[in-house]
Amino acid sequence: MSEITSSAPAMDVGDSSRFYVLEHHPENSTLLGFWLYLMSDCLVFACLFAAYAVLGRNYAGGPSGAELFELPVVALNTALLLFSSITYGFAMLEMQHQQRTKTLIWLAITGLLGACFIGLELTEFIHLIHDGAGPQRSGFLTAFFTLVGTHGLHVSFGIIWLITLMFQLGRHGFTPENTRRLMCLSMFWHFLDVVWIGVFTFVYLMGVLP
Amino acid sequence: MPEQINLAKLIFGRLTWDAIPLHEPILLLTFAMVAFGGVTVLGALTYFKLWTPLWRDWITSIDHKRIGIMYIVLGLVMMLRGFADALMMRAQQAMAFGDSTGFLPPHHYDQVFTAHGVIMIFFVAMPLVNGLMNYVVPLQIGARDVSFPFLNNLSFWFTAFGSFLVMASLFVGEFARTGWLAYPPLAGILASPDVGVDYYIWSLQIAGVGTLLSGVNLIATIIKMRAPGMTMMKMPVFVWTALCTNVLIVAAFPVLTAVLAMLSMDRTLGTNFFTSDMGGNAMMYVNLIWIWGHPEVYILVLPAFGVFSEVVPTFCNKRIFGYTSMVYASVVITILAYLVWLHHFFTMGSGASVNSFFGITTMIISIPTGAKIFNWLFTMYRGRIRFELPMMWTIAFMITFVIGGMTGVLLAVPPADFVVHNSLFLIAHFHNVIIGGVVFGMFAGINFWFPKAFGYKLDTFWGKCSFWFWVIGFYAAFMPLYVLGLMGVTRRLSHFDDPSLQIWFIIAAFGAFLILLGIGSFVIQLIVSFKNREALRDTTGDPWGGRSLEWSTSSPPPDYNFAFTPHVHNRDAWTDMKNNKFVRPITGFVKIHMPKNTPAGFIIAAFSFAVGFALIWQMWLLATIGFVAMIAVIIIHTFNYNRDYYISADDVVRTENARTYLLNSHV
Amino acid sequence: MKFSASSTPTFRSALLCLSPILLAGCSTVVLNPSGDIALQQGRLLLISTMLMLLIIVPVIALICVFSWKYRQSNTEARYDPEWDHSTSLELIIWGAPLLIIIVLGLLTWIGTHTLDPYRKLDRLDAARPIPLNTKALRVEVVALDWKWLFIYPDLNIATVNELAAPVDVPIVFTITASTVMNSFSIPALAGQIYAMPGMQTKLNAVINRAGVYDGFSANYSGAGFSDMKFKFHGMDQTAFNQWVQTVKAEKMLDSQGYVQLEKPSIRVPVIHFGSVDANLYHTILNRCVGGNAMCMDQMMMVDAQSNKRTSSVANITTKAIRFAEIDNAICTTTPSLVKVNNNARAN
Repeated sequence: MSEITSSAPAMDVGDSSRFYVLEHHPENSTLLGFWLYLMSDCLVFACLFAAYAVLGRNYAGGPSGAELFELPVVALNTALLLFSSITYGFAMLEMQHQQRTKTLIWLAITGLLGACFIGLELTEFIHLIHDGAGPQRSGFLTAFFTLVGTHGLHVSFGIIWLITLMFQLGRHGFTPENTRRLMCLSMFWHFLDVVWIGVFTFVYLMGVLP
Repeated sequence: MPEQINLAKLIFGRLTWDAIPLHEPILLLTFAMVAFGGVTVLGALTYFKLWTPLWRDWITSIDHKRIGIMYIVLGLVMMLRGFADALMMRAQQAMAFGDSTGFLPPHHYDQVFTAHGVIMIFFVAMPLVNGLMNYVVPLQIGARDVSFPFLNNLSFWFTAFGSFLVMASLFVGEFARTGWLAYPPLAGILASPDVGVDYYIWSLQIAGVGTLLSGVNLIATIIKMRAPGMTMMKMPVFVWTALCTNVLIVAAFPVLTAVLAMLSMDRTLGTNFFTSDMGGNAMMYVNLIWIWGHPEVYILVLPAFGVFSEVVPTFCNKRIFGYTSMVYASVVITILAYLVWLHHFFTMGSGASVNSFFGITTMIISIPTGAKIFNWLFTMYRGRIRFELPMMWTIAFMITFVIGGMTGVLLAVPPADFVVHNSLFLIAHFHNVIIGGVVFGMFAGINFWFPKAFGYKLDTFWGKCSFWFWVIGFYAAFMPLYVLGLMGVTRRLSHFDDPSLQIWFIIAAFGAFLILLGIGSFVIQLIVSFKNREALRDTTGDPWGGRSLEWSTSSPPPDYNFAFTPHVHNRDAWTDMKNNKFVRPITGFVKIHMPKNTPAGFIIAAFSFAVGFALIWQMWLLATIGFVAMIAVIIIHTFNYNRDYYISADDVVRTENARTYLLNSHV
Repeated sequence: MKFSASSTPTFRSALLCLSPILLAGCSTVVLNPSGDIALQQGRLLLISTMLMLLIIVPVIALICVFSWKYRQSNTEARYDPEWDHSTSLELIIWGAPLLIIIVLGLLTWIGTHTLDPYRKLDRLDAARPIPLNTKALRVEVVALDWKWLFIYPDLNIATVNELAAPVDVPIVFTITASTVMNSFSIPALAGQIYAMPGMQTKLNAVINRAGVYDGFSANYSGAGFSDMKFKFHGMDQTAFNQWVQTVKAEKMLDSQGYVQLEKPSIRVPVIHFGSVDANLYHTILNRCVGGNAMCMDQMMMVDAQSNKRTSSVANITTKAIRFAEIDNAICTTTPSLVKVNNNARAN
């Protein structure tokens, strides 16, 4: 290590030291960053809700929500999704206790509940399309399929992410990265829950009211 | 054989050899020039053995400084394309009177004006603005990089591949003929069954994702990675405007994503978002696209305002006047940007009360904007002004932008708008504010921070040539358009009957020619500066007498920016350090934690290009495979936990000693 | 370290930008129109400009003065590097524009309501109110690809690419389009308003001077857009009546004729129609010309009925069959069958 002595006049170097720190570790931005992304995603859903608000009564002479929606199925789906949020919460609790196996079990249950939700929703969609009430039939159905379908797509991607995380958890355990990722997925999953509450309120429940 | 035909359709979709425009001479000429230029560049890269450094040091780089430079290079290259479109439009409109139909048939002309708008906004202004913020913000807050360096690289490549998709439309297929915002029903499948609108949709979707991610990145960076002691109210104003800009990005771009997705669903799946017959509503598109569109123009101009807030105090040797006021004005502009969107379609028949509301909110937004102009003015007051190039651009901006702002307020009065909406008066207004604001701001910023990025100043003579050609050219090109608008001429016309209009169009074409000289002078400026770089060398890192932290580093800064993270006590942190006779530490360096370069961003974005191209041409197989591959790469990338490394203390010592030597040998 | 001083920007830029305002006074239709609504709109434009210039001119002047006075080589000017705040100045900076915007805002609110295109005219021009018992001239406007169809329902005539109206008679335009968005614009007469398929906009205007004026579409609509022009003739009442008689001599416009007309065409010459199917505009607006589709207003009535029903059906197959029946009916129905369908759906 060679040093080149400065030829500048000697200054009060003690003063200069207050203008820098020797070591600096900036705070981790992952959770904030993911939250910001999630809010942008929220805006996408807001646009889809807005489209539904505008087009939601344009049946083009075709079937309305009242004639199409089967509320018992919707109730079951809602229960599945809400329970999956609870089970994810349990997974997070086990994570805080550093219980890898228990975390993985609760994650698996969450994933299964999510998969059932998607399965039921797909069945509903297929029935509708089979009945001639597909997304091309009217503005109402376009907005319906897009809003509910986008939510379903998000849940599907969440499940893929969950499976990936389960592998990574199995391989590396509770590293800081994995912990952050689990917290991000947690935010994502609960967010989708909240969106679903909006969906079943504004689309399904209000759709069957006169 | 039925099976073979289906296979061909599955693989090639609607892509056939007819998609290549062999019958269009202008396009063939363009292709020849691009091919020639491309071969030259590729040949030079090979000859000078630059492929490895290009890949290792630039394409896979996650360094915010390199990514910033790449953004700006992308923006400047696309400016040449967008400006070529402008020249063609001006030439056509100057010629096409009476019997003459000019040289561009409507089918071609309509693509030119659409492409001009799309390219200038999305692939010139956005990359330039993003590039500047990327380069400067981490340095100004005393950080070593942004919060998510890999995401930064990914964002850049998404933007770049979006622009490649637009360029591809020149040679394979065609571009949209709808205007830059592609209103349905014209952009719907019935009126535009060809691939043009699909090119539009997918290039913007891909670039839009990149921009959104970069918005998230910069907000997190500014919130979390400021140097110790730099409270929010001690940040440079450029950082404040960058924060506001990125908040606008995160809050506006999802709307663009959603509305373009809706349009593509209407076109591809036959849904009814915007159709006229089955319960759709085309007015909803207009609302949604402008809910994005208006914040977008503030996304473009706020960073320019930030640049001026740095340039004026530096070249007036004086603190910025009314710092708190500037901050509040920026935040107020950010919020109000969401309350004005309907002024873009007063004429759609929303009713007087709704129109008045939005007209008044539009006028209110001029108040904080005006406050900023006054604050710069009073920074100049009792200062000592040096008219270096950045300051010249700033003065030109101040005069030009207030005129554009004035015509904006005129347009904000709905009944006045009824007579000039969509006329050349409108075109003159928005070019007035975008060129006067954003372009002049970018040139000020480029001239200001170029020495920091590359270690030498830009040549002054050619810079001044560029400046005068641009300023005079702008006025010559757009003042006639105000007159034409008042004469009742509407926009997007490819030919005219009234010969009394022609003189104005000729003046405008001449103005465009002057701007061409301005761009040419800028290119010469770059070349001449490179050749004379030793004479123009910046040895101290602070060629202008700067006030913020980036000027405390060497020019260019080392990879790690700061050997020791600064500790901030006041606004204008570097001036504060200089006033307190700060002496740069020359010993005691430690190892520095840095993120690694990665090819993942480039690869993911390349797949997105393939998916976009495949969706445009309805090559469903390729689209599916490409999409699955993209997801696979993303997932595989998450299995890589080994993303960082340490710069050893020895390397830091070496770099810092080299700087010490440079500083001492030029005292 | 030396910083080289460069030249200061001159007043040239300032002059260049003021000149259009001076030049614009001469023969621009926006500032010198022939219709009362357009006149008031142009006047608003001028007043707003004057109000804005109250700020803009001093600002540009100050920019030039400060650039000159405080240039580095002028060492006599006072140099105050620490001066960065002044409450009174801030009050003026925020307050003066605010006052101007308040005035402009008031003008905007009043002007926008007075000049609302949907609002019936209350005067012929600044000097004259509308005489009692004046019957407004109704014109139905359809923007086609790429020409304009004008139907005069009270006179039972129609024209393509030619519009005429008597001077000093209020005109009420109802406007729609066939395929894509256009904008109905006659700058000399009044401001523009969009023409949109399946929707109707309205414009109230009056022409005060006889003459031939330009009309066009002010919203880009495709390949023939640049030729989508027409002439608007303002005439005295006698000349107008004569014009109507000329048009009445021509053939009828029925739905078949309209379907032909609707096909894309560019640079269409003026066509006159001596009579018009009374229901034609209604079917154009409701997108059911020729009876091949359910009219939009009926569709909306059906939808409104749907809204009143609650969910009742359990059997999926029955639903499917019934929906198929309804769709069949919708595509070929005539108005009288709608009631039959409603009853079927209720069972």
